Amino acid sequence: MSLKLTEPLQKTVDSLTENFSAKVIEVYQSSGDTFIRIEADALREICTHLKQELHYVYLSDIFGIDRYTSEERFEVVYNLLSLRDRTRIFLKVRCEEENPELESVTDIWPAANWNEREVYDMFGVRFNNHPDLRRIFMPEDFEYYPLRKEFPLLGIPGSIELPSTTPNTD
Amino acid sequence: MKLTDIQSKVHSTFFKEHQRKLYQSLEDKHTTIEELDEGDPLTTKMILNMGPQHPATHGVLRLVLQLDGETIEKTKLDIGYLHRGVEKIAENKTYQEFMPYTDRMDYLSPYSNNVALCTAVEKIAAVEVPERAHYIRMIGCELARISSHLLWLGTMVMDAGAISFFIWTFKEREKIYDIMDRIGGHRFTISHSRIGGVANDLTDEATASIKEFVETFPNELRDYHKLLDRNRIFVDRNVGVGVLRTEEALGISATGPVLRGCGYALDIRKLFPYARYSEVEFDIPTRLEGDNLARYYVRMEEMGESIRIIKQCLEKMPKGIVRSDNAKHAYPSKDEVYYSMEGMIHDFMMTDTGICPPDGAECYHAIESPKGELGYYIQSDGTGHPWRLKIKAPSFTNLQVLEEMLDGEMVADTVVIIGGIDPVLGEADK
Repeated sequence: MSLKLTEPLQKTVDSLTENFSAKVIEVYQSSGDTFIRIEADALREICTHLKQELHYVYLSDIFGIDRYTSEERFEVVYNLLSLRDRTRIFLKVRCEEENPELESVTDIWPAANWNEREVYDMFGVRFNNHPDLRRIFMPEDFEYYPLRKEFPLLGIPGSIELPSTTPNTD
Repeated sequence: MKLTDIQSKVHSTFFKEHQRKLYQSLEDKHTTIEELDEGDPLTTKMILNMGPQHPATHGVLRLVLQLDGETIEKTKLDIGYLHRGVEKIAENKTYQEFMPYTDRMDYLSPYSNNVALCTAVEKIAAVEVPERAHYIRMIGCELARISSHLLWLGTMVMDAGAISFFIWTFKEREKIYDIMDRIGGHRFTISHSRIGGVANDLTDEATASIKEFVETFPNELRDYHKLLDRNRIFVDRNVGVGVLRTEEALGISATGPVLRGCGYALDIRKLFPYARYSEVEFDIPTRLEGDNLARYYVRMEEMGESIRIIKQCLEKMPKGIVRSDNAKHAYPSKDEVYYSMEGMIHDFMMTDTGICPPDGAECYHAIESPKGELGYYIQSDGTGHPWRLKIKAPSFTNLQVLEEMLDGEMVADTVVIIGGIDPVLGEADK
């Protein structure tokens, strides 16, 4: 598939493929957005390169995707913005279903802190070297990862402690 | 404060593990500071839990503050009290069915949320939107911005000590509610936008009330400026409070007025113009100080800019249809539904399966909501339901800023700083 890249985006992609030719798996576009999928072990190097050399200083968001029934089930997407070039790219990494783990990027973009916690809370992807890896929306006592596809929409009865609805008569 | 000390005093009934880890993480934050002042002979230290039911937290935000006298040493935020799992709900609804849920995300500016969802779906499914609908949406979005900023202004000034001001801003918000009622039939959760356009055209009554509001509101705004800009109490309460330094603002991903108060003119309306923002003239107000007063000025000026945009929209708005007439992309009009067989079938199809973007398509589209960058990421599997829908909520990212910002401030200023950040927990908690 041919890519229609603007000049600064082309530079970004070229720079990445030059420096990390073995680590960039694919570059594709969908609905006008540019997605770059990379090997998980090069995540930190590529993020550092993107921030320091290519001015992707603003991390908009990090989120997970559950590719249920596919190989390498979980995908984590980094939504990066370059204010100098006015471009936005999406960096994707995949991880295994059993013990999904990634390296944390909190020291590159401090904003990753809460976003990584959200991915952990919703999908159970653990981030190594994260300063404070706790759940963010659900309580710590909750055992499931609600945005995984196998989690039922109605929830699991009894998975969250709730106050008794009948008044205490003692 | 040590975790063991806290545990001997706090006996939580629910979520014991959660409470323990929260206090543990508070203890672990800035551990270098902790080592310096081992021991507390004067017992000036305490842990203060604020919220989730505190009126100044604007919803259900919980702060755990470690205080040394009146100074905050470190803070941890606990959010999620309003978590409803809207992203999970979205995966089980058609795109149009999901829209009323977006109203309830940032409930202070429902119109912007509707537009954010619609623009994202239109981008992924390549739906054409008529020119007139773009302008109606822009008017709606800017009215929502004014409404949201007015609530912020009223509550923040109330947090700073002035009660009657709150009533005055609500008088103006009431007018916006009336306008929304005339536009779409709902005052609050309006759900007026549709995929492929808007639900209905502006009536003459609605247009007249918008025009009237645009004429009278600048006078009110001038009065607000007159009352607050040189008000000694208000200024002293806000200047130099809750400072976010310019060099830290980008790294921590502050967004919206919080970022613009630090000197970055980052506004999605200018950066990646959507709707017809490229065709109207407006400025992005910025300030360099990064404190609460800077955010006040940014938001006040933004309201003025919104009025400017609405005026231009009213002038430039062309005549024509307000929703795409391609029956595969948008709901047919009610006339068609009631009087033609095809119209009824299409209406049925839209309700039943809805719009189906191509299999494997992905897109991200962001708009500038009153709180900052509000983006929707959608991944489609070719059916009428999204495979994954992710909401990038500006309040969520701004609350993360709050956690860093509060360290070192005075405890009396927390309410003002929360007011200055203007978080909406419905959005942050998803």
